[in-house]
Amino acid sequence: MSDKAYVRTEMLEPRDPPPSSVGPIHWIRENLFATWFDAILTILSAAAIIGLLIEVVPWLLSPTWGGTSLDNCRKILAAANHDGGACWGVISERWLQMLFGFYPAELYWRPIAAFVLLGVALAPVLFSDKVPGKLLYFTAAYPFFFPWLLWGGTIWGPLAAAAGFFIGYGVYVVASRMVGNLTGVIAGILAAIIWWLVLSGYAVDALAGIAPIGIEPVESRKFGGFMLSITIGVVAIGASLPLGIVLALGRQSDLMIVKYLSVWFIEFIRGVPLITLLFVASTLLNIFMPPGTDFDIILRVLIMVTLFASAYMAEVIRGGLAALPKGQYEAADALGLDYWKAQRLVIMPQALKISIPGIVSTFIGVFKDTTLVSIIGLLDPLGLSNAIRADSAWNGIVWELYGFIALIFFVFTFSMSRYSMYLERKLHTGHR
Amino acid sequence: MSQLAVDREIDRSKMKVSDEVAIEIIGMNKWFGSFHVLRDINLTVNRGERIVIAGPSGSGKSTLIRCINALEEHQEGKIIVEGTELSSDLKNIDKIRSEVGMVFQHFNLFPHLTVLENCTLAPIWVRKTPRKEAEERAMHFLEKVKIPEQANKYPGQLSGGQQQRVAIARSLCMMPKIMLFDEPTSALDPEMIKEVLDTMIELAEEGMTMLCVTHEMGFARQVANRVIFMDAGQIVEQNEPEEFFNNPQSDRTKLFLSQILGH
Repeated sequence: MSDKAYVRTEMLEPRDPPPSSVGPIHWIRENLFATWFDAILTILSAAAIIGLLIEVVPWLLSPTWGGTSLDNCRKILAAANHDGGACWGVISERWLQMLFGFYPAELYWRPIAAFVLLGVALAPVLFSDKVPGKLLYFTAAYPFFFPWLLWGGTIWGPLAAAAGFFIGYGVYVVASRMVGNLTGVIAGILAAIIWWLVLSGYAVDALAGIAPIGIEPVESRKFGGFMLSITIGVVAIGASLPLGIVLALGRQSDLMIVKYLSVWFIEFIRGVPLITLLFVASTLLNIFMPPGTDFDIILRVLIMVTLFASAYMAEVIRGGLAALPKGQYEAADALGLDYWKAQRLVIMPQALKISIPGIVSTFIGVFKDTTLVSIIGLLDPLGLSNAIRADSAWNGIVWELYGFIALIFFVFTFSMSRYSMYLERKLHTGHR
Repeated sequence: MSQLAVDREIDRSKMKVSDEVAIEIIGMNKWFGSFHVLRDINLTVNRGERIVIAGPSGSGKSTLIRCINALEEHQEGKIIVEGTELSSDLKNIDKIRSEVGMVFQHFNLFPHLTVLENCTLAPIWVRKTPRKEAEERAMHFLEKVKIPEQANKYPGQLSGGQQQRVAIARSLCMMPKIMLFDEPTSALDPEMIKEVLDTMIELAEEGMTMLCVTHEMGFARQVANRVIFMDAGQIVEQNEPEEFFNNPQSDRTKLFLSQILGH
């Protein structure tokens, strides 16, 4: 036998790693002090962080919660020997306004209820494995309930809006049985649109005359603050995802008309700044409307922001669709799934999962873009901050106000970001 | 290359070729753009036949079997599957696809669904089978391909050979009359090829009509009742495996066989 031959007679058992390669001390050595250069960077960074905290913390901890004006704040600070502190009086005095705008104070319970119930409606969607699925019925009803709580008025309005969907579906079922599927879809959509635009107005008036059930109406111009931002954000986010899916599929469609309509819609909306669309909503749209039409300004803004977001969403989802291997489509086809079933059961769940980071980025962008409505005169937090700073009592206040707004926005956007990471982890099903 | 796929006796008692026609292809031509990829294909497959399609890459063998379930569209000629002619009518295509199972080179399992859900998806949504029945049937076929214990795992957690066996079970759950195999072992490690071939042999032993594009000549020898050799988009030679391997007629076949069996 040559001396290169070798035969293993027993297999080795796995052993624990040596203690120097695990544990916190190892972590510190590996991540903070691996080389001399790393050690210097670590010390410099620590010094910078500590320096920043020494500056900011006393500013934050200033005893001015009760200040009634900027001058009053300065007096409090001088008396407490705490020069250069923040003036939190503006927040304590105006925070209800920052939250609700000029919404009537005795009706604050309505937006609060609306947003608490929003959480309930979102729960079965966001945490489908922890919340009973029956709640989804509430989620389906919520889009009609939400505007009614905020704007008030007769209960028949939202019921009529919901009835449009049932009417459209009913017409679709009947028509598709009589004249075929595609015609049925078109007939159903037309019937719903006719109901919403023409008939539902009369029906609501008639029903409200017979049974005047309702809550006190609140005008759109009284809306403001974070309530307005969240309303616009939630509606735009909630509506842009399904619209974006439809547009992304439309862009890939074999039907020429559908394809080019989708492409041109996406390219046009993406090519125009949001602020332009908002100006169109606030000024131009009224010129084209017949005189006397009362087309609510917030509704106009909602439509524009939603269209804007859905164009971006469509492209993000198209990216997800493009990342799917062709074999997935072929396997779905070979099993006999038709186009819609293949999309719903095989393609979309995977494409959306791939697109989660992009989708959430778009959501966050849309939510932050809601502050642009201050430019067309709506009193979102930024619009309000301008009004507050114009008040002689708070003239000259900057950091406290914008810091507060930034903090609230950060809480929302950071939650979205963390949720998306949770979702990605949850949907991870091993490497492909 | 091994001369035999499995080292056991193969039960040929049920491998009977019937007189009934399963697939009939008449004068079929297909182009990719201006490239004439399939040229005047005529082929009749009877129920119970096990056909192996061999040939160099680019010869159109995969395209041929992908035409049978309309994953590719042919431009001329007729394809009749189980009495239904393939046309652009979507209803015919869906009908044929639900009767023809297909196994792909890269498995194409749905990675977001568990093994069991992969197997029940089409029966539930296409065949409208009640969920419980679909799950029982899926477990039956998973047992048949010998991986019932993996039912609740995701495809990404299985080995290549296991994934391919799940893909076979997924097709079988639709109770197909014909199975198409498009290079089912080409993406597998050598150690895993055998377990997939075993599954395919068992399927053949039960009398399934099978068309396999494969380079496993051992499988062709042991299981096939007919070997088709394709080159440049045409059927060059077809024969019983014994004759095909021992006494090839055309020069092109001889060259091909010497290339793949010569070492």
